[in-house]
Parts: sequence; structure tokens; C-alpha cells
Amino acid sequence: MSILINKSTRVIVQGITGRDGLFHALKMKEYGTDVVGGTSPGKGGTLIEHIPVFNTMYDAVQQTQANTSIIFVPARFAADAIMEAADAGIELIVCITEGIPTLDVIKAYRFVQLKGAKLIGPNCPGLISPGESLVGILPGKVFTKGHTGVLSRSGTLTYEVVYHLTAKGVGQSTAVGMGGDPVVGLYFRDLLEMFENDPETHSIVMIGEIGGNAEELAAEYIREHVTKPVVGFIAGQSAPPGKQMGHAGAIISGGSGSAIEKIRALEEAGIRVASEPSEIPELLKVSF
Amino acid sequence: MKIHEYQAKKFFSDYGIPVERHILCNKPEEVTAAFSQLGNEKVAIKAQVLTGGRGKAGGVKLAGNAGEALQHAESILGMTIKDYPVTRVIVSEAVNIHLEYYVSFVIDRNSRSVVLMMSAEGGMDIEEVARRSPEKIFHFRIDPLIGIPDYLARRFAFTLFASSAQVNQMAAIIQNMYRLFIEKDTSLVEINPLVMTREGVLIAIDAKMTFDDNALYRQPGVLSLFEPTEEEKTETQAKEKGFSYVHMGGEIGCMVNGAGLAMATMDLIKLYGGNPANFLDIGGSSNPEKVIEAMKLLLKDKQVKVVLINIFGGITRCDDVVYGLLKAFEQIDTDIPVIVRLTGTNEAEGRDLLRNTRFKVAETMGEATLMAVEASNKQ
Repeated sequence: MSILINKSTRVIVQGITGRDGLFHALKMKEYGTDVVGGTSPGKGGTLIEHIPVFNTMYDAVQQTQANTSIIFVPARFAADAIMEAADAGIELIVCITEGIPTLDVIKAYRFVQLKGAKLIGPNCPGLISPGESLVGILPGKVFTKGHTGVLSRSGTLTYEVVYHLTAKGVGQSTAVGMGGDPVVGLYFRDLLEMFENDPETHSIVMIGEIGGNAEELAAEYIREHVTKPVVGFIAGQSAPPGKQMGHAGAIISGGSGSAIEKIRALEEAGIRVASEPSEIPELLKVSF
Repeated sequence: MKIHEYQAKKFFSDYGIPVERHILCNKPEEVTAAFSQLGNEKVAIKAQVLTGGRGKAGGVKLAGNAGEALQHAESILGMTIKDYPVTRVIVSEAVNIHLEYYVSFVIDRNSRSVVLMMSAEGGMDIEEVARRSPEKIFHFRIDPLIGIPDYLARRFAFTLFASSAQVNQMAAIIQNMYRLFIEKDTSLVEINPLVMTREGVLIAIDAKMTFDDNALYRQPGVLSLFEPTEEEKTETQAKEKGFSYVHMGGEIGCMVNGAGLAMATMDLIKLYGGNPANFLDIGGSSNPEKVIEAMKLLLKDKQVKVVLINIFGGITRCDDVVYGLLKAFEQIDTDIPVIVRLTGTNEAEGRDLLRNTRFKVAETMGEATLMAVEASNKQ
């Protein structure tokens, strides 16, 4: 088992005729994901690399019974794409697009909530349940099936961490890149709860970074509600205050959001925090 | 993106949020004229800088006559506050302050919404109030689908005021601030302090606004106010080319794909006893041209003694990065040691291309970082 996606996940690629959309549609298919269609307004009724294209998400969902979508459309249209997916009845919306205005995300997120759907991202690498389904741009080869749940605010840092896990024989149930923007959909608390309730997940790796106080809140949540061992890693210990470090959400502001505070909060909640990614597999084994 | 107080006050005025009368001055002698133009007994001379803490730095002074105003203007206009030279001041009428309040709209990550924050503890550092007595700050989440209808504005206003004279003013201020927040794509609109004068009138005597960089494409009026520092100019240039750069000041130049991995690389350099020269995320694409541009930018920093390249290929193909590197070093004349770590998509092809070149290849991030720190110590 896994969380959020599995063998019965049926995916629509929003923006499938774009360069990135098509490239990753094929990568996902190659991994074994059930990519049932794509959208591109005006190109409905055609096929692209044997994948049916629809004009609207409404048509796509009606005709394919898709339950999941992944968004590659440009930033200024992406919030609209999120709402279109939610309105069409998609249950899980994964938004890869980077650079969407925050207020657009806030509005789209509210709409997603009202429709009872879930959003991952924006500005995220997506998620993978190894051996079952990949909905995102993560390199499938790095991952291996197993019992550790991974949640992260970053993309390549997740690959780095998972690379060490896989090398040490620690497989993953599901790995989720939550996104690097200030406002994103599913976050630490939601995913921790899902991993805690997933019988196939036996331990959790949580990768945070500077900015906001979500890691601190997660630490509190873990202390009270999570019985499975958790190992943490926080990026940005050397980051100067007031500077945005690549991700729109990675900024230490008004004296809060620093790595030191986050690490302290995690340790106080009894979570082991690795000082470098290669330490994580060891700490996981000790935690059991 | 940040703007000056006087610019924020222009937005406030445009949106019907009351501000005190003020005049912008670039030179001390203009201040004398401004003083008589305002015709007030007392004025405040306030430094216009894109950073906080100007009051503590002596950038705000009261003056009771033209001579005093000139004297203060002369000292403030020569100041540097947290590395920002003061080139402008405003001369504003000093109002009769009875009480001071705090009001702001901010983006709240945890509730994923815009939040209105208000407090009767105005005029001081709000983070300090939050630490000391969080119960003195009211928070209200705004539903983006309905905004702030009249009944909500009234309800919020009644938390700070009892008399309808102030409640009506406050409700209008709240609604106008929210409209400004949304229409200009801001991430913060703050009044600290909002004062009630002895006459019972509410006025914003300070104004702070920051804007969402992701939305600047549709806010040309805001973008035209952008005053980048030298550092920000470099960062903006980098952004236009599709990567993010932040200068750090150490000796080990880094080029990494992905923001999280780039931060983790800097952290590891520190952990191993070195000092990162920069944060540089070349992003997801592996266009060789981008690698060339990134290397040029990185090597402009003359403090860089060693370069550490850490690539985890997912979307980024390792061999594409190597093509870019090889090309870049055909154009760049330097004998700086370059350490390369490649893992992931097409790593074998990438490593093959690096064989018999000037680049030192490492297997893991840890090994690469160690090599970089050792090399920088030797230089």
C-alpha cells in the first residue's frame, strides 16, 4: 500500500501538448503510470503519442474516469487549470508549475477545498509510490518499493535523500514533494497523518527547509499523533536572513523561519535530525 | 519586492486610506520649503530606505522650526542605514497622537489564506508583541471567495474600537487595505502605527508594502518602482536567465540544480569547515547555454577559489550539464580547481565526457564537498 496514488490511479496531463507536459507524460507512462489522457484547448479529439487529447477537463474526466491530474501549463494559466480540474471532479491535483502568483493559489486552493479535492504543489516535483505509480517529474529509477514514507519541500534534495535510502536498502512507500512556494496544498501535517494511517508505511523521513513555521507545527503534531519513527533533515542552515533562496517560500523573515529553530523544534519532539543527507538511513535504522 | 514609505502612502491615498500630509525631499534645502508649505508647528523628518529599523538608527526626527528641520535633514540625508544610503526624506506634519494601533494584511502559509492582523499595541515591533503577549494580536482569516463584506469589516473594527465614529473609519480602512492588497498583488500591507488623533481621526502615519515577485508581470505600475541594490541587480539578471543566485561571500563557488539541494550543499560546505561563495540554483532544465551563463556569473566573484558543481540528474541530464561546462571553460580563462559530482540521469555519459579534462570528478555529494573544502584551504 501507499498513500494518495497507486495502481488504480488514472492520470490526465493538463498541458500535454507543451514540451514539458509531453516529455513527462511519456516518462510517467514508461514508469507504468496509467496516463489516460491529456488536455489542450483546441486540440481535442486528436492523439499525441497514442494518448487521447481533450479540449476541457470536463470532457477528459467524463470520457476516461480519471481521478488524478498533473499540471504543466504556464504560471499565468495554472491557477485556472487547478480550478478546472477540481470542478471536473478530479480528486488529486498535482501542480508542477512554478511562479504562480500567491493570491491566485490562495483562491484556487479554496475552491479545491470546497470541491473536496486535494492539491499537491504548486512548484513541486509531484509524488511517487514506487512500483505502482509516478505522478510527477521525479526520476523513477532512484526510488525503490518499501516502507518508508518521504515528504519534502524540495525536488532534487528529495532525490539525493532517496538515493541514500535506496543505496542502503531502505525502500519507500510513497515520496511526496510538497512544493517550494509559500502557499501549497497538502502540507506536513496532512501527509504525516496519511503516513501514520498507512499500514505499509513503517517510518517517515521529513525534509524541510528555511521559511515559515510548518516544520515547527509538524514537530508538535508528531509529538502528539505520530507513533512511527520519524527522521528529519532541514536545508538552509547557512542561509542569510532576508534572502530568498531559490524557492519563493525559502526565506528567513522577521527573525523566524531559520533552520536552527526548526532543528531545535524537531529535536525537542524527539525526532532525530540528520546533519547531512547520507546520515538519514543510519538514523532510520537506529530509530526502529 | 519592497517600496518606500512615500510610495506606499501614494497607494494608500489612491485607495482612500487616510495618511498625514507629507512632502518628499531629495536635498536638505528642499526641506525648508517643505516646512513652510506644510505650515505646521511640528514636522517629522523621515528617512526613506528599503529596510526596517530606521527609527533606532536615528532616521526619524521631529522638528519645531525650519532651521531645525534643515539641520535634521542634513544629518539624515547623509546617513547609511543597514547598508542603504539615505537619498530621500519625507517631511510630514506631526499629528496629535492619542492612541496607536497596528493593522496589517499578510499571507499566512499555514491557513493558506490572507490574514488580517490587528492590535491595540501599535507603534512597536509587532514580532516583539507576538512573542511577549500573543493574545494582544487579533487574527482573522479572509475567505478569498467573499473578501470582506461590510458586516465583517464592522465586526473586525469593533475588536479595536467601541465608538461608531472610529468603527466606521476603521471598517473603511480595513476594506480599502484589503482591496489594495488584492488588486496590487501584495504579500504585505502594514500600518504601524495607525493613530487616533486627539480629535478622534484615524490616520496611517507609517505605511509598508511588499509585493509578490511572481505577480509583477501583471503589475507594471509596481514594477516601475523597483530600486534594486547592486546585489539585487545580479540576482535579477540571474533570474531573467532562469536561475537563482544569492551572493554569500565565501571562497567556494557552488553550482547546483534545485534550490533544496543547493542549500544543502552550502550547509555541507560549512559543516566541513569551508565557506560557500554563493547560492546558485540552475533550475530544472539542462540547456548548456544556461550552464555557461551560470559559470560566468559565478566566476565574476573574484573571491571564488574553488568551484563545486553538484548535479542530481532527474529532468536535468548530467551529460547536458557537462557539455555546458566544457563549452563554458573554452570561453573562460581560469585555473581555478573545479570539482564535479554527477548522479542520476545520464551520469555515465557525463562522466565519460569529463575523462582526461581539467575537472575533478567525485562520486558523492559528501566526497565532492570534502574535495572542495580541502582545495580551498590549499589555495
